[in-house]
Amino acid sequence: MSDAGQESFDVAIVGAGVVGCALARQFTLDGARVAILEKAADVLDGASKGNSAILHTGFDAPEGSLEVQCMREGYRLYLEIHERLGLPLIRSGALVLAWNEAQQAELPGLIERAHANGVSNVGPLTRQEILDLEPHLSQGVTGGFRVPGEYLIDPWSAAHAYLLQAIENGARLYRGSEVLSGSRSGGRWHLETSSGRLSASLVINAAGLFGDIVDKRITGESWFTIRPRKGQFVVYDKPASALAGHILLPVPTKTTKGIVVCRTAFGNLLVGPTAEEQEDREHALLDTETMTALAAKAEEILPELRHHQVNAIYAGLRPATEEKDYRIRTDLAEDYICVGGIRSTGLSAALGIAAHVARLAARKDTPLESPVWPKMPMISEYGKRDWCEPGNGGIVCLCEMVTRREIDNALIGPLAACSMGGLKRRTRVTMGRCQGFYCSAELARITYGRLAEPMLAGDD
Amino acid sequence: MAVREEEADVVIVGGGPSGLAAATELRRLGAGRVIILDRDRQAGGIPRHCGHYPFGMREFHQMLRGPDYARRLAEQAQQAGVEIRTLCTVVKLHPGGLVEMTTPEGLARLRGKAVLLATGVRETSRAGRMIGGEKPGGILPTGALQGMVYLNGRRPFRRPVILGSELVSFSALLTCRHAGIRPLAMIEAGPRPVAYAPSRLLAMAMGVPFHANTRVEAILGRHRVEQVSLSGPKGTRVIETDGVIVTGGFRPEASLLTASHMDTDPRSGGPAIDQYGRLSDPAYFASGNVLRGVETAGWSWAEGKQVAHSIVASLDGKLAPREEALTIAIEGAIEGAPESAHDGDALKLVLPQVLVCGYRVMAAHRHLQLRLNRPARGRLILKQAGKVLTEKRIASRPERRILLALPEVFSVEDGELRLLFDEE
Repeated sequence: MSDAGQESFDVAIVGAGVVGCALARQFTLDGARVAILEKAADVLDGASKGNSAILHTGFDAPEGSLEVQCMREGYRLYLEIHERLGLPLIRSGALVLAWNEAQQAELPGLIERAHANGVSNVGPLTRQEILDLEPHLSQGVTGGFRVPGEYLIDPWSAAHAYLLQAIENGARLYRGSEVLSGSRSGGRWHLETSSGRLSASLVINAAGLFGDIVDKRITGESWFTIRPRKGQFVVYDKPASALAGHILLPVPTKTTKGIVVCRTAFGNLLVGPTAEEQEDREHALLDTETMTALAAKAEEILPELRHHQVNAIYAGLRPATEEKDYRIRTDLAEDYICVGGIRSTGLSAALGIAAHVARLAARKDTPLESPVWPKMPMISEYGKRDWCEPGNGGIVCLCEMVTRREIDNALIGPLAACSMGGLKRRTRVTMGRCQGFYCSAELARITYGRLAEPMLAGDD
Repeated sequence: MAVREEEADVVIVGGGPSGLAAATELRRLGAGRVIILDRDRQAGGIPRHCGHYPFGMREFHQMLRGPDYARRLAEQAQQAGVEIRTLCTVVKLHPGGLVEMTTPEGLARLRGKAVLLATGVRETSRAGRMIGGEKPGGILPTGALQGMVYLNGRRPFRRPVILGSELVSFSALLTCRHAGIRPLAMIEAGPRPVAYAPSRLLAMAMGVPFHANTRVEAILGRHRVEQVSLSGPKGTRVIETDGVIVTGGFRPEASLLTASHMDTDPRSGGPAIDQYGRLSDPAYFASGNVLRGVETAGWSWAEGKQVAHSIVASLDGKLAPREEALTIAIEGAIEGAPESAHDGDALKLVLPQVLVCGYRVMAAHRHLQLRLNRPARGRLILKQAGKVLTEKRIASRPERRILLALPEVFSVEDGELRLLFDEE
């Protein structure tokens, strides 16, 4: 961006999290000229950085909510397009498990709600039926039900694919571009960013954890307040994934879906998240005591886990607000849509949210006739990886089996990684059991001078 | 595309000191085609990353730097007629000695009459220790630091803190000195350094303060490490720093094994072996640090050399069947959680884990190797059906080598095996 030739767009999307990426794809394919503004050095750097990577059916979402509507549509759309974009889908199904009488008593109500939410293939299971399905589960389980449609996906390649498809069909991505202010003149929005100015006829705020702040900067007011909710996760090494086929869900409470134990698309076993309210929007601190408690909880559910090793820990922030439902509104200002409060279900709902917002915007663009469909590199443990193929350049990250060719490819192209975090999300380097013991040195060599945020300090 | 499949007499997974020693000895003993598969660019294993002394006393009777030592071992193997294949990562172990691997050219398979697993160790990461705080750049295991400094000539930080006080922690200290990095502190959760006393002098000589009984509560910083907060005897304090070297806590690099059809030992995290170093699938053997966490390069080298004799005996059909092995039951063992047992189970690990019929002189392992979880003293007794086979009084700290000689002759017919630790 440069001040001199202020660029103009049909739609400016603020924030390149999973929702922003899905919006960019939707509006681009619908025929609009789209700009995506991201304040961080790379995309998916906020709430979309850390989640539980589940494609939810919405079976337990509040009935009649906008959230459940977007989740249902998002779910359907993901199933429709994932193959074409090369995105993984692990059809694990989920088990909602009760561990005592009180939880057992909640089950019929949850099944009823699932039916009301349009998830009809859900029915109760006996304790024995559950143990037959999941033989490693603790004998303490009392009952539950199966939700066959809950699946595992890759949270990052999904969002990257949406954004890449937008870019390859003409959208412009501006990274390191924080929106500072907005003004209206001549029936258009003029946005001042940390890297220049642009104009757009429609502005969509998908700023996640900063949604309320961006509202204020552009329109002068906000009608909601972000209340960041931290979730800590503990990830066990790949052999532990043999202990649970299904996504193991607890009976949810009024405030949270509770601690999930499930495989990941990358072949690990994940435990989390916690739900901890905090003020800070940027720092998600891990805490030894909480992580130890998470691991203990997981070992109660799957006793054999105590023989397995934790190989990664992370914490994410969900942009919750003072209300439970999504906060999508068009009446804050003219040609301005706020897509706020997309809390823990954003990954599942993103494509649905995008479709919903497109209907709200009711633009009259002409949809692209034959859009480009990029194909994402397969980095799921359950797909065919590059290391199986000739010419891969050898393996750099030995734990996650990331090849030199995969790393090189992630460092080029319109959506090239420009931070170590970005490179990890695109390839999984250093995210395995050794956490860089073997490959950090080689990786530092490969990425030297190629990342906006370099891997090493000290030797400059 | 059809996957290439080749055959060899012995396939060795891992070209560190143990794998190289085994390969060289196998060729010396007359084994035919011996192939080492190493996932790195060059064989040599961890010593390649340790650009300091002392290596090679046992093997070459002289003091060498790690990389020179690694090179010498690899040259010896090559001269003995061993095929060393680098950039080969084994991805799956199939029953009967068939290994599947990936190479820059794609997938390949190699069938060995015997397969030796010599995959070594790795350090427990920050994540494995569940250290709180943020996840900025600049948190490195010793292995990564040494790779950066010695292999790539880089300096990842200038004033880091070092977590741990094992031998490797002092190796990290030497690496820092080599690179002109000034560590600010050495932080140890226990009351004193884990490594032997002379290492402590090194820290003193370099002016690096040692903080005992201290834990890292949190690592802070968004892009780079900026601070660590510590809790110790004097309460909580914050150190301004730009890096964290997470050292030691070695664990067997045994994920291939864990994902395979073979038995593992939850205590060691490595394979369950008999006194011949043989696994529950008798086509497979293991030696070196994959057995237990960490020993010196020289010890791993010696184990590799010894296991070569067992492999040859096995190929000649001279070993008692592995199916008839007796498991050593550990008396008074507390089920589960051996790692957290600071006041529980003192025995961290015992290997070999099972014994078959045979003579001590022919075995790769002529002793039981033990490690403790915490400092302890007492009497170790190995009993078979109530009869004492061997015993010894020990007083040891954690992560120290403890050996208990195995009997001259062992027979499984004599009944169940028990190991007792009568703690004082």
